[in-house]
Amino acid sequence: MNQPASAYFLEDRHDPNESHTLSILVQNEPGVLARVIGLFSGRGYNIESLTVSETESQKHLSRITIVTTGTPMVIEQIKHQLDRMVPVYRVVDMTLTGRSIERELAMVKLRGTGEHRVEALRLAEAFRARVIDATIESFVFEITGASSKINQFIDLMRPLGLVEVSRTGVAAIGRGPEGM
Amino acid sequence: MSDNSHNPNQMTGAAMIVRALIDHGVKHMFGYPGGAVLPIYDEIFQQSEIEHILVRHEQGAGHAAEGYARSTGKPGVVLVTSGPGATNMVTPLADALMDSIPLVCITGQVPTHLIGNDAFQECDTVGITRPCTKHNWLVRDVNDLAKVLHEAFYVASSGRPGPVVVDVPKDVQFAVGTYHPPLKSDVHISYAPRLKGDAAQIRKAVALLASARRPVIYSGGGVINSGPEASRLLRELVEATGFPITSTLMGLGAYPASGKNWLGMLGMHGTYEANMAMHDCDVMLCVGARFDDRITGRTDAFSPGSKKIHIDIDPSSINKNIRVDVPIIGDAANVLGDLLQVFRTEVKKPDIKPWWQEIAKWRARNSLSYRKNSEIIMPQYAVERLFELTRGRDTYITTEVGQHQMWAAQFFGFEEPHRWMTSGGLGTMGYGLPSAIGVQVAHPDSLVIDIGGDASVQMTMQEMATAVQYELPVKIFILNNQYMGMVRQWQQLLHGNRLSHSYSEALPDFVKLADAFGAVGLRATKPADLDGAIQEMIRIKKPVLFDCRVAALENCFPMIPSGKAHNEMLLPAEANDEATAAAFAAGKALV
Repeated sequence: MNQPASAYFLEDRHDPNESHTLSILVQNEPGVLARVIGLFSGRGYNIESLTVSETESQKHLSRITIVTTGTPMVIEQIKHQLDRMVPVYRVVDMTLTGRSIERELAMVKLRGTGEHRVEALRLAEAFRARVIDATIESFVFEITGASSKINQFIDLMRPLGLVEVSRTGVAAIGRGPEGM
Repeated sequence: MSDNSHNPNQMTGAAMIVRALIDHGVKHMFGYPGGAVLPIYDEIFQQSEIEHILVRHEQGAGHAAEGYARSTGKPGVVLVTSGPGATNMVTPLADALMDSIPLVCITGQVPTHLIGNDAFQECDTVGITRPCTKHNWLVRDVNDLAKVLHEAFYVASSGRPGPVVVDVPKDVQFAVGTYHPPLKSDVHISYAPRLKGDAAQIRKAVALLASARRPVIYSGGGVINSGPEASRLLRELVEATGFPITSTLMGLGAYPASGKNWLGMLGMHGTYEANMAMHDCDVMLCVGARFDDRITGRTDAFSPGSKKIHIDIDPSSINKNIRVDVPIIGDAANVLGDLLQVFRTEVKKPDIKPWWQEIAKWRARNSLSYRKNSEIIMPQYAVERLFELTRGRDTYITTEVGQHQMWAAQFFGFEEPHRWMTSGGLGTMGYGLPSAIGVQVAHPDSLVIDIGGDASVQMTMQEMATAVQYELPVKIFILNNQYMGMVRQWQQLLHGNRLSHSYSEALPDFVKLADAFGAVGLRATKPADLDGAIQEMIRIKKPVLFDCRVAALENCFPMIPSGKAHNEMLLPAEANDEATAAAFAAGKALV
């Protein structure tokens, strides 16, 4: 009840946050990504990961995958707010469908020699990471998988001479024969 | 020479713009010229189908177009230049987005090859206006222009209406291309507003309504936006069900204020009976309103015992602030029509006599009462007299923002939709004067009154010159208390009576100011003079600035204090004693 002098009701709801992966099919026109991102920043929504690329060039369609967090009410709002944008065709909550595959690609650069180098190669093999560049004192691994697997791989590489990481962000697709 | 040179659809971009406006039935537009729109102004000069109203500031053009749109139901059209012309339009665009007003704003842009070059009068118009439009476009190719313009009109006026911007670089205005008249295919296939309500949901809603013992209908601006048919059906529904009805600020006029089921406006400055009915109801039917924070008060104590039905054309309005039990997505007129049909065939009018008896007790509290005064004009009295003396006339009311706006909403009874133009969502001071100009352009023979405050009207006062130029006899009825009254009220109630910068120590002499503009100035300082002065104002067929000197320290009640629920309203009888202090003690302690 006690709140500072304001006509706004300042207390926030305390529902737990959830993480959801949204696939958004949009008309690939100038500014469409700015629109989507502007919606998130303007309304105070979170973006944990964002992936975007044209997927059907003939129809000028792009697919955006966003991982976001929020209370169930906020997640519902995000979907509705996206859906009502003029160039948005469809929004699918991949987390709600429960039948989606999510993958991310990362390139991981290591610098080191001797034991660390051997250990890194051994771990890379266990994680099915491929060597895509090598010098006598460095490797670049390419690893694909769920974000959690990539996080784990990066954590393991850190003491072995991790230099930098480049990640694509999450791409998602539904299982089974149907498209979105 | 190719055959194309004889094709009547071959024309410059500038000519296409004017042609498209004509094809969309535009009769009036509001604007201000500048370097980047000169080719369009040149085309306007050479035609006579569209009348262009030259404003004195682009913001005035935007609000005038809003008033035009709201009072006609047709999109308002604005033409402004690049850079400052576009940035001055930002406030009206944001205002129109909040209140779902259809606007088509055409902005000039620097030539394509200079975009991004920090050219003279360049700004990133589509970037700046992206969050305050329903959609916007930058047209880089003259052959895209016709399609974009047609799409712009469709997007602005369909679904939940809103403002759109079409940004046209100057070289595109000069370039020659092919125009085509509006086609169905001009619209994004990704944009398809849902108009028809789901039949199963409508049945659920009817079942809830049939079971109700303490029902309330809560309607909003969506009913007005849907068109006259929605208001007619809403009235029929109230008649068929016998339910009480309240409305938001934006929805006034959809149900007549003289109707027997009318509870008055709800919300922060709504009536006691409306807010109590909202709090204690068992079934709430919300039509075209969005559970805004000025309506709900504290959300965790909002109408705790009710099942809620929500009809809205915008799915994002559903469950945004308040969780509802039966959402129905669709156009208000469509859904109300279907709902009414099912209700009539399957339900007999529920008996809710005990509920009406309870409401009668709340009504008896007389929450809009105020202390009468024979020496000083009370602002509420001024609005009451204005209403009485204009009754039966063809009247349109606009307002600015603040205490006078709330008094206008409380004391002026609206019988019809589209008669009430106010900045509800954005709360834009300075809205009312240019808006009245727009209304008067659309309805040249009607009585158009801006109920204003002394602070608000100064924000767009320059538009008096527009009114004089086009002989638009708007009446600017200023409730002059020399304060930013609503700011002061909050400082009194919530900030320890420290009146920080809410008093205007220097005000213009509004009567002389009117004279300087070539309008007529009137003043009333005593209640005894008020009626005569109002009647004179109505008689004068010129723009009038009416300086109505009202009680300086009067505050606006009833009021839901901060952080409180609907059933914790502060009533005027209690407002000036210890109860005020007690009601706000929690707030003050934390200032």
